[in-house]
Amino acid sequence: MNIIVCIKQVPGTTEVKIDPQKNTLIREGIKNIINPLDTYALEEGLKLKERYGGKVTALSMGPPQAVEALREAISMGIDEGILLSDAALAGSDTWATAYALAAAIKKLGQADLIICGRQTTDGDTGQVGPELAEILKLPIVTYVSKVEEIASGRMRVQRLIEEGHETIESPVPAVITVVKEINVPRLPSLRGMMKAKGATIPIWTIKELGIDPGMVGLAGSATKVVKLSYPQRTSQGELLKGELASQVETLLARLRDAGLLK
Amino acid sequence: MTVNDSYRGIWVFAEQRNGKVKSVSYELIARGRELADALQTELSAVCFGQGITEADQLIASGADKVILVDSPELLNHDEDLYTGQLVELIQKHKPEIVLAGATSLGRSFFPRVAGILNTGLTADCIGLDVDVEKRLLLQTRPTFGSNIMATVVCETKRPQMATVRPRVFKKRTPDTARKGEIIRVDFDRAHITSRTKLLSFVEDLTEKVKIEEADVIVAGGRGLGNAEGFKLLEELAECLGAAVGASRPVVDSGWIPYSHQVGQTGKTVCPKLYIACGISGAAQHLAGMQTSDCIVAINSDPNAPIFTVANFGIVGDLFKVIPLLVEKLKKG
Repeated sequence: MNIIVCIKQVPGTTEVKIDPQKNTLIREGIKNIINPLDTYALEEGLKLKERYGGKVTALSMGPPQAVEALREAISMGIDEGILLSDAALAGSDTWATAYALAAAIKKLGQADLIICGRQTTDGDTGQVGPELAEILKLPIVTYVSKVEEIASGRMRVQRLIEEGHETIESPVPAVITVVKEINVPRLPSLRGMMKAKGATIPIWTIKELGIDPGMVGLAGSATKVVKLSYPQRTSQGELLKGELASQVETLLARLRDAGLLK
Repeated sequence: MTVNDSYRGIWVFAEQRNGKVKSVSYELIARGRELADALQTELSAVCFGQGITEADQLIASGADKVILVDSPELLNHDEDLYTGQLVELIQKHKPEIVLAGATSLGRSFFPRVAGILNTGLTADCIGLDVDVEKRLLLQTRPTFGSNIMATVVCETKRPQMATVRPRVFKKRTPDTARKGEIIRVDFDRAHITSRTKLLSFVEDLTEKVKIEEADVIVAGGRGLGNAEGFKLLEELAECLGAAVGASRPVVDSGWIPYSHQVGQTGKTVCPKLYIACGISGAAQHLAGMQTSDCIVAINSDPNAPIFTVANFGIVGDLFKVIPLLVEKLKKG
């Protein structure tokens, strides 16, 4: 089974600051990590390889330092990592990102399953997986919480939605996006870390991908961020005082006054 | 690239579940009505399902038109069918703005529609405005776990698409005097097919009150000590008619199912009242609840970050505070 896992390197903290002059994010000095939900995607790829045999490739689009995320994936046990990196890709919105990833997947040839994490901690949109599926014209199941079986050209998965769990059947090749419930990501092994250290990670530019620069980056992005700001914090909180019983009385009085209690 | 000026009108995708249109859709119709008035254009509600009876209600709530695609195949949320049918309708009618609730369905199938139409989609908006002169939708959404707000526009491609979180906008009081047009469209089963099949659905029954729709949420964290601690929380929740939420560590420890998890890798909620018990308030948890109207924090650690977002805080042992709350609430 040929599995491709799409991962993204994100800032290791959500405590990001805005550069007041440039109106962009200050990324310097922040440690980068693999997007947490992508570690679940990587783990699922590895589990499926253990079950069905085959190969797992990690794919990422990002600036040159994103190669570290791919090394970390290899240290978990991923067979190969490929980075899509090019100045022309900078500023890509989710569709442009999906477009570039799709080009890479087509270049890699036959994939039986493409796995993405549900969403990232920086963009939080959850859009790349579904958009990728449409560009590749593959079926997609989102919020997958369990892969029950992949056999005879079909997969059966469980899906976690607001109201409960669905069991869905789909042909493969297919795309799935996964939620935390699906597994517990393994830690890198010593052997994995050694392999990762010496691994060659190809970097594909838009030339290697054979894509038109007008379809990616800022030029290819339909959406554009026009403003960044900190959210308004309304009032300062009130720390109640006194005996616990009277604090509770005060709290209930405050909530009643605000019309928050039935 | 210039805007295709032939696109006009605002659409709200009205999501139904088991024949009933979800609250978030009515919230969007309320806001959509205001935006449509500002742009001097029509608001349409688009609904897919079987046996939909709410067309009149959708009009009373602010829609000028209701586009209904009523068919047994559309009762369940088959995303292949929904995607194909919505794409077809958009290509035919060319609305300039299309909105949907940021539900599991909305967040899954809207990107597919946007992908096929090669247009812009902004997910999880917490604010929508219009630049009337440019006919641009100004879409505000949180990034970096709600630590930064971004305003996004889709300058030239059409339609401008956005999903919006439940409970961001308020519903309007329905006006039964409002008139509107109901347009019934036959589901195009000749051209729209599905590859995926729903085999079964198991409803999550541990959620007595659905957390995404709850007015009040009582949430517990590591301060509860163990799974038993949730029994105390459930007592409080029952007094308040509240849903029960949880922080990530206690879900990871198996004290309560994942469907109750609030936070960056769980659910994002925006209730009128959020009571955080024994939750320290890590950034990832705050990301899922800090836009709640009113936040109450109960924690024995006065330095817990949760107090920085709480409107009211009690520093104390929750095993003493919660029984007191329950007692006083029961007394009425």
